[in-house]
Amino acid sequence: MNVSFILLAIITVVGTAAAMGMRNAVHCVLALTVGLAGVAALYLQLGAQFVGFTQIMVYVGAVAILAVFAIMMTHSPEPAKPPTFSSFWTVGSVVAASVFAVLAWAIHSSSLAAHTLPPQPEVTVQQIGDALMHRFVLPLELMGLLLTAALIGAVVIAMNHREEIK
Amino acid sequence: MNSLQNYLLLSSLLFSIGLAGALIRRNAILVLIGIELMLNAANLNLIAFWRFGPNPAALTGIMFAIFSISIAAAEAAVGLGIILAAYRHSKTTDLDRMNSLRG
Amino acid sequence: MNLKLDQLDQIFVILNNWLLGYLPPVVRPLCSSILAIALILVTFALLFAITTVLERKGLGRIQNRFGPNRVGPCGFLQPIADGIKSLTKEDIVPNPADHVVHFLAPVLLVAAAFMAYAVLPIGRNMILVDMNAGVLYFFAIGSLMELAVFMAGWSSRSKYSLLGAMRAIAQMISYEVPLVLASIVVIMQSGSLSTVSIVNMQATYTGIWPHWFVFTPWGFAGFALFMIAATAESNRSPFDLPEGESEIIAGYYTEYSGFKFALFFLGEYIGMFATSAMAITLFLGGWSAPFSFLTWIPSYFWFFAKLLTIILTFIWVRGTLPRLRMDQLMNLAWEFMLPMTLLNLLTAGVWHFMPAGALRWLICGAMVVVPCILLSRGLKQRKKFQVRKYRFSE
Repeated sequence: MNVSFILLAIITVVGTAAAMGMRNAVHCVLALTVGLAGVAALYLQLGAQFVGFTQIMVYVGAVAILAVFAIMMTHSPEPAKPPTFSSFWTVGSVVAASVFAVLAWAIHSSSLAAHTLPPQPEVTVQQIGDALMHRFVLPLELMGLLLTAALIGAVVIAMNHREEIK
Repeated sequence: MNSLQNYLLLSSLLFSIGLAGALIRRNAILVLIGIELMLNAANLNLIAFWRFGPNPAALTGIMFAIFSISIAAAEAAVGLGIILAAYRHSKTTDLDRMNSLRG
Repeated sequence: MNLKLDQLDQIFVILNNWLLGYLPPVVRPLCSSILAIALILVTFALLFAITTVLERKGLGRIQNRFGPNRVGPCGFLQPIADGIKSLTKEDIVPNPADHVVHFLAPVLLVAAAFMAYAVLPIGRNMILVDMNAGVLYFFAIGSLMELAVFMAGWSSRSKYSLLGAMRAIAQMISYEVPLVLASIVVIMQSGSLSTVSIVNMQATYTGIWPHWFVFTPWGFAGFALFMIAATAESNRSPFDLPEGESEIIAGYYTEYSGFKFALFFLGEYIGMFATSAMAITLFLGGWSAPFSFLTWIPSYFWFFAKLLTIILTFIWVRGTLPRLRMDQLMNLAWEFMLPMTLLNLLTAGVWHFMPAGALRWLICGAMVVVPCILLSRGLKQRKKFQVRKYRFSE
């Protein structure tokens, strides 16, 4: 366990916990970007450069911006602030805590300690591209189809239908 | 305690935070973000297993992570679109008040 | 003679190694990067100062007036006066503002803008980190700037700021798509995301001509599209709606004053230099000389010569073109830029697989020019001359 891992883990956990616990929705999204940047840094630490930068680009550049846009567009005009947490928040947190307990117990009691760290693999972007174009070409095509469908679907769902009604 | 276990513990903690958020937040957008966090925890697991696994040259973990990130992006776009449509309909993103099936 | 010129070319690398020779080997990598970062910060901050004078004087000339000419010789010490002014001004934060986010926004903007320089090769062997995924890093850092803009606009709790931020983000997201797609042609052709190998690939010569990517049909189209998108990304005129002075005061930094305002200015210009430097790296051969008989001039000289040329073009464009309307802006992004960049990808593929010769030039040139004409004519035909109706003004 080294210092950089501990630091990044603290950043990630604090950021994501703040994202799920703060009152103001925009603050939540800003905290989320900190947490997800921490995850991206963890990827970099593990030697997955491409995935780390993709993570920053997709989550900080796209998902966070989309989320704040959605928050701005759904800003309710009512002055009274509703409670942040749902009515059954005790049940929810107990469920989440027990899930964590079970997972942690399973990880702790597994035989993973036998694994030793293999030498840092040299992963170039070229190799990733080759793999995407040869071994994983079908999933890649499917992903393209899925993203196109999602693009069109999101536009159709979010489009303003008021003009047609008039 | 070796390093893989640390990564797995961290990712399970992330997953639980995301799960807690998805279960207890009232704002639909933040519920969606909780789901994104759970997906991220899975990605961290995939990358950690790739790094500590027996055959990192096969790049399987990285590929899974890349596809998972793209699916998460598509999910976020469609999810936020649905939330916007629902907001236009019921004038709220509060999930406790979105409790009627009739239009 | 030849050796000496080579030393002049590598003078910063040699100096760096010489300085590091006096340090214990443990701290050498750290000190080397600190030295390089300091040098980058100083150089580009200085370039920012020079650019502000050039811009004000250039715009002055275009608008038939003098521009700043009081401070120092020909007004060239104006930025120092401006800096002192903004440092001594009161730093006003609006009372309802979100103080933490309000403070963090300019810091994040400037930090992100400077972080982009880590992967830009300024000269031969002069790069901070030769990253394997350098271009991807550059665009990932660029997306941080959008977040900073949003933070600035939202935390000010002002209508003008929020409107400006929303306009800026909508514009930056829309133009990021053509920006990335326009650079993909280079990545396809060079087979690498590393900026160093992209430049090395262009730094070879046939006869006296260099192999810059801009000298191919797809490269030229890619360069033009990249520069249009870069202008929009850095919120410069004619795409300066986010800070349209006549409409929303100053956009997302309306509520900033004193040095924070200057930081926004700095961040915006530094970001503009970074995208221009990326355009140079991708299409204009980075630090390589334009003719093979000019390679004796140091590589960093060529880099900065190209950068200044692009900056001057930016100033020229700003002085010439009027601001676009919001719908024109979005139509340009989605109906012209996006199809053109996609077609350009196809053209690059055809270029790659066809045998070299005049036929390849003809076909690829036609593949770029014909859709360009068709698309721009198609856009024009819808423009009817009639009394325009504004939905919100009636």
